[in-house]
Amino acid sequence: MNSLTVYLFVALLLFCIGMFGLLQRRSLIGMIISIELMLNAAGINFMAFNRFLGPDPAVGQIMVLFIMGIAAAEAAIALSLTLALFRKLRSINIEHARDLRG
Amino acid sequence: MQPVIAQYIRPEVVAYAVFFFVLLLTLGGALIAVIPKSIIHNVFGLATSLVGVAGLFIYLGSEFLAMMEILIYVGAICIAIVFAIMLSQPMHLQIPPRLRPKVFFSFVVSLVVFISFTVMVVRTPWEQAVRTSNDWGVKRLGTLLLTRYELLFELISLVLLMSIIGAVITAATASSEKAPGSRDGEEDGV
Repeated sequence: MNSLTVYLFVALLLFCIGMFGLLQRRSLIGMIISIELMLNAAGINFMAFNRFLGPDPAVGQIMVLFIMGIAAAEAAIALSLTLALFRKLRSINIEHARDLRG
Repeated sequence: MQPVIAQYIRPEVVAYAVFFFVLLLTLGGALIAVIPKSIIHNVFGLATSLVGVAGLFIYLGSEFLAMMEILIYVGAICIAIVFAIMLSQPMHLQIPPRLRPKVFFSFVVSLVVFISFTVMVVRTPWEQAVRTSNDWGVKRLGTLLLTRYELLFELISLVLLMSIIGAVITAATASSEKAPGSRDGEEDGV
């Protein structure tokens, strides 16, 4: 229970599940959900290294707080873009958003 | 009967049981967030998974971050996603079926990533750095955020401010320049 490898594996599994979702979903909101999972995996990694290897416990916590702030900003922007796209295309399926295709 | 049960309820056994429950919450929630087609189920899976991550943060020694995780992720981001679903995803529309090759190739890609990172995690000899401090308290966190990491703190508030203004502008201008006929073509009956 208390070893670095366990936490790294949990974070890795979470990251891979998120990556699978990001590649396979076509709904924009589904992709945002997957991105949140991947960001959380990064946060777990920071906290695990902080707990077991890091020199100063406060630094890892500050990094995870930074990740949370970035994730909140990213979610706000992505959701408003989703709304804008929906109003333009009447759909949030990314395969319909192909105006820029060459 | 009572003593037999009581001898299993030792602190370390309970700690292991709760740890596996938290693990189950995290990974099972993540699977629910990705696999089902209904987007509402995905959001609930995401919330479950984030609660599990908060539990992992408690096990890693930071109750403050666990609280922030629940407050920010479960309380704010999941609710924002639910709002976006309410505003954008028409539930009655047919979801097109998934493409088999796309699912297969995404699975292969994430499997390759998983295997390569597993090899890296197992082979690396992790070394403990010299501890300069052992204080997990919130007080020290606050002091550092306002002294050594002041720039980070200011930067994050700037990023959040800009992103929220940008989000408002994006959503507002997109609604004012509606494509002609988009309202008429809408079939939001019932």
